[in-house]
Amino acid sequence: MTNPALKLTDIRKSYFGNAVLKGVSLEVAPGEIHALVGENGAGKSTLMNILFGMPVIEETGGFEGTITVGGEAIHPKTPSDAMEHGVGMVHQEFMLLPGFSVAENIKLNREPVRKNIVSLLTGPVGPVSRALSSLDLARMNSESRISLDRIGMSLSEKTKLAGLPVGHMQFVEIAREVDKKTAKLMVFDEPTAVLTETEAAELVATMKALAADGIAILFISHRLDEVLEVADRITILRDGELVECLDQADASIVKIAALMIGRDLPPRELPARTERQDSRPLLSVQNLFVDMPGEEVQGASFDVYPGEILGIAGLAGQGKLGIANGVIGLYPTRGEIRLDDKPLSLGQTLSILQEGLGYVSEDRRQVGLLLDESIEFNIVATAMQVRGKFLKGSGPFALYDQKAARAHANRLIEEFDIRCQGPSQAVRRLSGGNQQKVCLARAFTLEPKLLFVSEPTRGVDVGAKDRVLNLLVDLNRERNTTIVLISSELAELRQISDRIAVVSGGQVAGILPPDAPDVDFGLLFSGEAVRS
Amino acid sequence: MMGLMERIGWTRGILAIFLVGLWFVTIVATDLDFSILFSDCLVRTGMNGILVLALVPAVRGGVGLNFGIPLGMICGLLGTIVFMDAGIRGPSGLFGSMVLGGAIGALAGWAYSRLLEAVKGQEMMVGIYVGFGAVAGASILWLVYPAQNQELVWPLGGEGLRNTLVLEGYFKQLLDRFWSFPIGSGFFPTGLLAFWLLLCLLVGLFLRTRVGLALSTAGANPRFAESSGINVRAMRSLGVILSTVLGAIGIVVFSQSYGFVQLYKAPLLMAFPTVAALLIGGATVRVAKISHVIVGTFLFQSVLTTSLPLVNDLIQQAEGGEAYANIPEIARLIISNGIILYALTRKERA
Repeated sequence: MTNPALKLTDIRKSYFGNAVLKGVSLEVAPGEIHALVGENGAGKSTLMNILFGMPVIEETGGFEGTITVGGEAIHPKTPSDAMEHGVGMVHQEFMLLPGFSVAENIKLNREPVRKNIVSLLTGPVGPVSRALSSLDLARMNSESRISLDRIGMSLSEKTKLAGLPVGHMQFVEIAREVDKKTAKLMVFDEPTAVLTETEAAELVATMKALAADGIAILFISHRLDEVLEVADRITILRDGELVECLDQADASIVKIAALMIGRDLPPRELPARTERQDSRPLLSVQNLFVDMPGEEVQGASFDVYPGEILGIAGLAGQGKLGIANGVIGLYPTRGEIRLDDKPLSLGQTLSILQEGLGYVSEDRRQVGLLLDESIEFNIVATAMQVRGKFLKGSGPFALYDQKAARAHANRLIEEFDIRCQGPSQAVRRLSGGNQQKVCLARAFTLEPKLLFVSEPTRGVDVGAKDRVLNLLVDLNRERNTTIVLISSELAELRQISDRIAVVSGGQVAGILPPDAPDVDFGLLFSGEAVRS
Repeated sequence: MMGLMERIGWTRGILAIFLVGLWFVTIVATDLDFSILFSDCLVRTGMNGILVLALVPAVRGGVGLNFGIPLGMICGLLGTIVFMDAGIRGPSGLFGSMVLGGAIGALAGWAYSRLLEAVKGQEMMVGIYVGFGAVAGASILWLVYPAQNQELVWPLGGEGLRNTLVLEGYFKQLLDRFWSFPIGSGFFPTGLLAFWLLLCLLVGLFLRTRVGLALSTAGANPRFAESSGINVRAMRSLGVILSTVLGAIGIVVFSQSYGFVQLYKAPLLMAFPTVAALLIGGATVRVAKISHVIVGTFLFQSVLTTSLPLVNDLIQQAEGGEAYANIPEIARLIISNGIILYALTRKERA
């Protein structure tokens, strides 16, 4: 291993003073399949963005550290720059033209050409001459065929791309990268996320075949079993730091999962509860199925007891977000949900909210806020629709009571410490943390018995994270609001939850106390408990 | 100065200055009677105001600028024809036409909203063609309409409705002349403006009710609305229906002021000046307020109303008293389409 295919040395990157990569170094040998795993926000995508010279890196001040590909130091500033140096990428979203044939897609912009009268007139060489030459379709097809065969794809090179199954498109992308021949390193960014099981298995076989050909592969995935099956070495990132680089022989799903999540935050002093929990569940969810794309829930069951904070943890794509979205009725849902022993009408958001559930979405900007409306309107909008609050008069002609809304908003701005110019400021202008507080204020205004809070600290800076969590604790202790807190950050859940349910494969794999050892969480995260 | 322009909005500011300039030139450089011109500006504003107002509920509901407003106009025309055919004159004819037209508009608006639901994301483009299609369809309706009242039918034993129906003796300028008073040689159309402002007030109040705010919420962010228990589809429908109903009422008011009911191709292009007026007022595809309606209609219609006779007069002066009949028409097209183009392409400074 004299010349590693890829060598990253001490890569550092920060966004606006917020360090997301804190000195990551790794090496991938030619022919090696190297897996990169980590929770959301661990720094995987930032690392890939750097490797590919995505513009966002330059725009935010570049990075520190060195990258060498095949012994040659590079500093890619654009994706094409990176490609020229032999870095190929198979994207999660396909970069393909649906109206073109498979061969045309593979050869796009690298087509073999034949001279014709017009191109001869414009001179023997040069871009103009090339642009006016005829495509050598026969060679395009035959060369594409070779590349397709190389990755074990029997699909005809002459098929139009439109209408092909997703899995096939993925393979066409791979064939295109393979066809470039210069590729020394290929990056697969969660390639199996959109594939069916058999397609994923084929893909894994293809990756092995490519590696056997001497191409180094960097493989990013959330499916730990797959990682274990295919990777020679596994690098685990956590909070922008390289935690461990394991050889396949030493690795196990439990070990990887424990390393991914095992971060310690100082224990938090929680105020004592005034009353003991009731033994009858406030919310009982039985056999819940939610059809939320990418976050399917497949038969989750759990109870929430009055007055508690129930944490819901799980890796991305396992369905933890689907639970909240399904319960509140935003996606097609089956199963049984009982609040205070009364069945909820599934999918009827209005009646569900009226029954006393509240919801803070994980997608703050798209779902959680009216970005161009004022803070005060954002805070009162839902309570007005659901509870008829902040209206003057009664019946259909009751008018918006802006004075009451403003008074209420001013109170909450103070109580929640929302940093703003005033209640009439548009929420678009607020920082992430303050926007999140507006979301919480809105949910609080609804006065729910039980509040679902999804990823409240995502995209919020460190200081504000703490304030948001404190706010949740206050709501729980002082207003006696039962809270279901869904988060990708286990450490955060451990700080304030009474119990933590771990979701895996769309089901609740188990419920643990917050001080359970990392290994137990690791087991549940990897889905071991449900499988055995 | 810059700060002031920012506050007023550049579009509105520039047009306001342009309008005042036109008025100044009119007074200084021509023999035109300014009081008549000003009175005309007010009348044109009142005539078109409700049509502009009709766009607001659709924008609020999130379907963008309702280019299908000719559909509503046709419903209003149909209402008018039914009442004229029955020989009902005066206020009962006027308000009867509005009520019937509005009712037909509600039905048509509901069907239109179903269509828009199917083409989500392209409402404005589809709306243009719905408007065109409705005009074509209505033309057939006018041809086969079994009118008994001979004043409506083509003269000399023809069949089908006339191109232009005269409202003299029915409800011509009923609103315009209500409580009106002279200003110079012109008059102040009190009833017309009052009726328009009353409707503006009603729509404004509606937008502050729970349903009205649900409508705005659905338009501003459908996913937020959904998670707040708002039925987004119903709200979008409501916006389109209200818009169509107001379009129907708007054309009845327009006709009574104009004194004629114009059928066949007349409504074809009326969506564009209407939309332009709203945009000039400061609205965007996503945000429209009542103040935008009032300011925009007045500015747009006043500039048009003033520039025509002014250009005509200036050309006459230049040509030594000889008028070219088609030049003012050309000027009108250039000015009105210029404003429309400006309104449609401008970008509000963030």
